[in-house]
Amino acid sequence: MNVVEVEGLRKEFKSYSSRSGLAGAFRDLFTRNYQVLRAVNDISLHIKKGEMVGYIGENGAGKSTTIKMLTGILTPTAGRILVNGMNPHKEREKFVRTIGVVFGQRSQLWWDIAVQESFRLLKKVYKVSDDAYEAHMGEVIATLDIGPLLDKPVRKLSLGQRMRCELAAALIHNPPLLFLDEPTIGLDVLVKMKIREFLKEINRKYQTTILLTTHDLADIEALCERVVLLDEGKIIYDGRLDQLQKNWVEGKQIHFEFHHPVERHALIELSGGADVKWRQGERCNEWIAGIEGDEEAVSQLMSRVIQQHPISDVKVNQASTEEIIRNIYEEGLTHG
Amino acid sequence: MGNSAVYLEMIRIRFLMMLAYRTNYYSGILIYSINIGAYYFLWQAIYGAQESIQGMDAAQMTTYVAVAWMARAFYFNNIDREIAQEIQEGKVAVEMIRPYHYLGVKTMQGLGEGLFRLLFFSLPGMVVIWLAFPITFSDNFAVWGFFFISILFSFIVNTQINLLTGMATFFLLYNTGLIRGKRVVIDLFSGLLLPISFYPLWAQEIMQFLPFQAISYIPSMIFTEAFTGTEIYQALGIQLFWAAVLIIPIQLMWVLAKRQLIVQGG
Repeated sequence: MNVVEVEGLRKEFKSYSSRSGLAGAFRDLFTRNYQVLRAVNDISLHIKKGEMVGYIGENGAGKSTTIKMLTGILTPTAGRILVNGMNPHKEREKFVRTIGVVFGQRSQLWWDIAVQESFRLLKKVYKVSDDAYEAHMGEVIATLDIGPLLDKPVRKLSLGQRMRCELAAALIHNPPLLFLDEPTIGLDVLVKMKIREFLKEINRKYQTTILLTTHDLADIEALCERVVLLDEGKIIYDGRLDQLQKNWVEGKQIHFEFHHPVERHALIELSGGADVKWRQGERCNEWIAGIEGDEEAVSQLMSRVIQQHPISDVKVNQASTEEIIRNIYEEGLTHG
Repeated sequence: MGNSAVYLEMIRIRFLMMLAYRTNYYSGILIYSINIGAYYFLWQAIYGAQESIQGMDAAQMTTYVAVAWMARAFYFNNIDREIAQEIQEGKVAVEMIRPYHYLGVKTMQGLGEGLFRLLFFSLPGMVVIWLAFPITFSDNFAVWGFFFISILFSFIVNTQINLLTGMATFFLLYNTGLIRGKRVVIDLFSGLLLPISFYPLWAQEIMQFLPFQAISYIPSMIFTEAFTGTEIYQALGIQLFWAAVLIIPIQLMWVLAKRQLIVQGG
């Protein structure tokens, strides 16, 4: 039985637009222009127990809206949702006992009181017995290394400290299904690694199903075998991460950092007969060549370019996941 | 329910939060003392040489003012503003993933706030006022009993109105004006500033049909023994009536609000 069963899920919002100028503002008082925005457009999704799924998409692609429907916060406009065998919105109070949620951008801990008071309250809210709490949370607290933070008020914690406490708070009742909405946003590398290790650990130990949204693809690479790509409310890819990489990565990327500014057409001329896509890099005078072909084609292109334009740095690598996903969003999933 | 442990815990947490903001607490004592003092001198001037106005003598009026403000410390809470803020900041989302009733939890937080002020503010405050002003306390235990039942209803009715005002944010999205307006209306129509029997007859008649008198006027009249005998039961009956009736719009609004819920801020 699937933990998450979603069929034809849709969510529409009315979005109001303001007319311009003073006269427009007066008209807005009486009648307002609005249009119906489809944030989530007929998506279907099935997740098995124990899976870790990365849910990715650009800002506004509908990730958070989906999570909010799956957790029972928002009512869908249309479609069928069954999570943990329940309809999240209909049986809210019973349902939410079986899930844990972390919103990276908003705190669920009580701001003004010590972390342990929040934990104590949540323990009562989820009716966790003392024994179960001691056994489970003792370990969570040790793994996340938050023992010394427990008696501090939440407002005095740093973001990384707070996020670890948030994660612990979401796990007080040891839920079989965990939703993480950008859990590593704004965190430094060490905290991110700690959180990733911890998530792997609970997934291994309790078969916890995890649905993760993030903009940091390193999170996904570290945790998820399966990714779901969302664009404008539609699922454009649902499958294994390595498959996505395999289908997309043909050839190599060469990063050139030149001494002097170089024109695009000059580079295209140098490409010769090879199939090369030139793209400007983020640094100044950086150009990236995407080349499809074998090593020989790569080295020929490199030697041609370097002879013409002095360089300060050059790198050859496989396209990263980030690269792949950017390409998908820019050009659509034509290769796949 | 089985949720009473949760609700008790909510009250405890609110106690802790009140203690975390001590300055608010001290400034509250100051503001209430100034208010009671000001109204005491105002009424002294109004009464002048007159024995009684509208069936209340000067001593009763002083007691009325003191008790009305002390009861206010108990029934008053800011949950309307809190709800509005939580809706505006999108924090309701977090509340919706908890296995409890949001409005029930808010009410309990309000009760925690009220009990905190009753114990650490009203009771010591009453002693101070009793030393400073000529206030008459009833020696009839029944009156005290009725009074406590009555302020419990004050809390319920006031909180219900706060829930309604707070939830209006779901539909208005920006609600500060309504909340301010509501506060003025309650101070004015509940009998906090002026006993309802002092209003012109036509105004009294209108107020009879409004829930606000159940908030301040009734407990204060009971405490000053201006209500006696069956009047007390009638008054408590009015409070009970409003406490029951207001459940309907609250439930209605909650159902609509859940349907309407758009979590602001992504």
